[in-house]
Amino acid sequence: MRPQFVAHAPVEENSSVAGALKNEFPLFGERPELIYLDNAATAQKPLSVLDAERDFYLKSCANVHRAIHSIGEEATARYEQARKRLARFIGARPVETVFTHGTTESINLVARTYGETLGPGDEIILSVMEHHANMVPWQQLAERRGVALKFIPVSEEGELDMAEYGRLLGPKTRLVAVTMISNVLGTINPVEKIVGAAHAAGVPVLLDAAQAAPSMPLDVKALGADLLAFSGHKMYGPFGIGILYGTERMLDALPPFMGGGDMISEVRLEGFSANELPYKFEAGTPPISQAVGLEAAADWLSSVGLDALGEYESALAQRFMEGIKGIPGIRILGSAARRAGIVAFTLEGAHAHDVAAYLDRFHIAVRAGHHCAHPLARRYGIVSSARASVGTYNTCEDVDTAIRVLSRAGEAL
Amino acid sequence: MSDPFAAVYEEIIHEHYKRPKYRRILEGLPYVENPSCGDRVRVSIRLGSDGRIADVAFDGSGCSISMSSADILAEDIIGKTPDEARQSIETFLSVLRGELDVDELDAFGDAVAFKGVAHLPVRVKCAALAWRAALTQIDSIDKPQMNAKS
Repeated sequence: MRPQFVAHAPVEENSSVAGALKNEFPLFGERPELIYLDNAATAQKPLSVLDAERDFYLKSCANVHRAIHSIGEEATARYEQARKRLARFIGARPVETVFTHGTTESINLVARTYGETLGPGDEIILSVMEHHANMVPWQQLAERRGVALKFIPVSEEGELDMAEYGRLLGPKTRLVAVTMISNVLGTINPVEKIVGAAHAAGVPVLLDAAQAAPSMPLDVKALGADLLAFSGHKMYGPFGIGILYGTERMLDALPPFMGGGDMISEVRLEGFSANELPYKFEAGTPPISQAVGLEAAADWLSSVGLDALGEYESALAQRFMEGIKGIPGIRILGSAARRAGIVAFTLEGAHAHDVAAYLDRFHIAVRAGHHCAHPLARRYGIVSSARASVGTYNTCEDVDTAIRVLSRAGEAL
Repeated sequence: MSDPFAAVYEEIIHEHYKRPKYRRILEGLPYVENPSCGDRVRVSIRLGSDGRIADVAFDGSGCSISMSSADILAEDIIGKTPDEARQSIETFLSVLRGELDVDELDAFGDAVAFKGVAHLPVRVKCAALAWRAALTQIDSIDKPQMNAKS
């Protein structure tokens, strides 16, 4: 069987688990020299995910929810089975689990449905550390409907200012939409407290789980999330698919999002009536093979010791930070106490692009730029930073090599 | 990938980045920005009495590609008429867009160093930044003159 990450084990021990898991990723067979540290952007795909998608195309390719023919029935069954699996993956019911094309669409869906019920005098609370996907849809809504946006500030350490959050929450607040893990700073936000305070004020919460889904078990009921969004491709699944979870009460109350086939129960020339949940939000042909691939990704992630994975990734990030903090000119962004496997840093005198290009010469892939979080970069007074983010297949050796190469970057650039 | 001149190109880019000849502090001009990485640059162009570009300067912040490209742009268009400069810039940008073969850059001076960048879609934007700024700038200084003639 597959090796599993072990909680509270020495990092070297889990590193050998990661090294063994790496063999399940064909891309690393093609590129044995690659040290992939850009997992916060997208994760590589294990063979089981690729096989599942391929198997669907080879054996069951048909459209869903339409055909009477047996292959169409089979495609529908596989698609709905994938929904059940994803629902179980997050502790939800299938009726509450909507397939979208990714986190961005999931959040836009909420902004375009729930958001449309709001207007002047209503407020939405976000944080300064939000990814553009959880910022721009709300800015668009603010322009459309005159809703006011309030932002939870981020401290120098990279943590949310919870006292200020408490002050922002008020009778006008209609939604709190925050990320569980910062895609730049790696900060793990105190979701329990955020949700608790919001619910005490009678305000629903949307959690952006794009970075959390690949690293920790999600239980929407335990989290108390009213809405939760994530993407398949960051959790070792295919591109072009994501999930929007919503409580049945919440989703039921919302108008449909996109119009088209499958989201209707009846169409007349005068109008239409919307389909039941979750189909109400799945207009047109959905990402069917991707759903099958995502099911395989959920299976895969659940089989590697997801409980202990986050702890291992944090330990790797810690090792990386320890290794680079002594390098002259290195500045690490944020120093939150609870931190996932993501580290953003700058190197004095060198642009982040040049740092990333230098690392790339040694086959080390990191992200450079503002990581789709402009306001956060401004918060730290920087234009761009480099970011290393680890995943299930990254070993201590990967991290140590990156540290070694980075220690020479300053003089080379 | 294994271009025998890769190291030479890299050296040219590095030299212009570390020791730019045309970098000065400018004021009052708008920046041209690359929204994907936050790099920004502005370019000032002065025409001489002979109608040719007499002086070019730039300032801004960004990676080695965008900043060296600004310095190389300055070197390239000094001494040219606005039309010649426009043509040169259009050629350079067309190569970066993949519309012209990279060998077109052989006719350039140090801009030849960007042959290796032309197939890197993310960094192409960095290389194009100052050249785009220059194009706008040339249009704005050249137009009043054309009007005066007519």
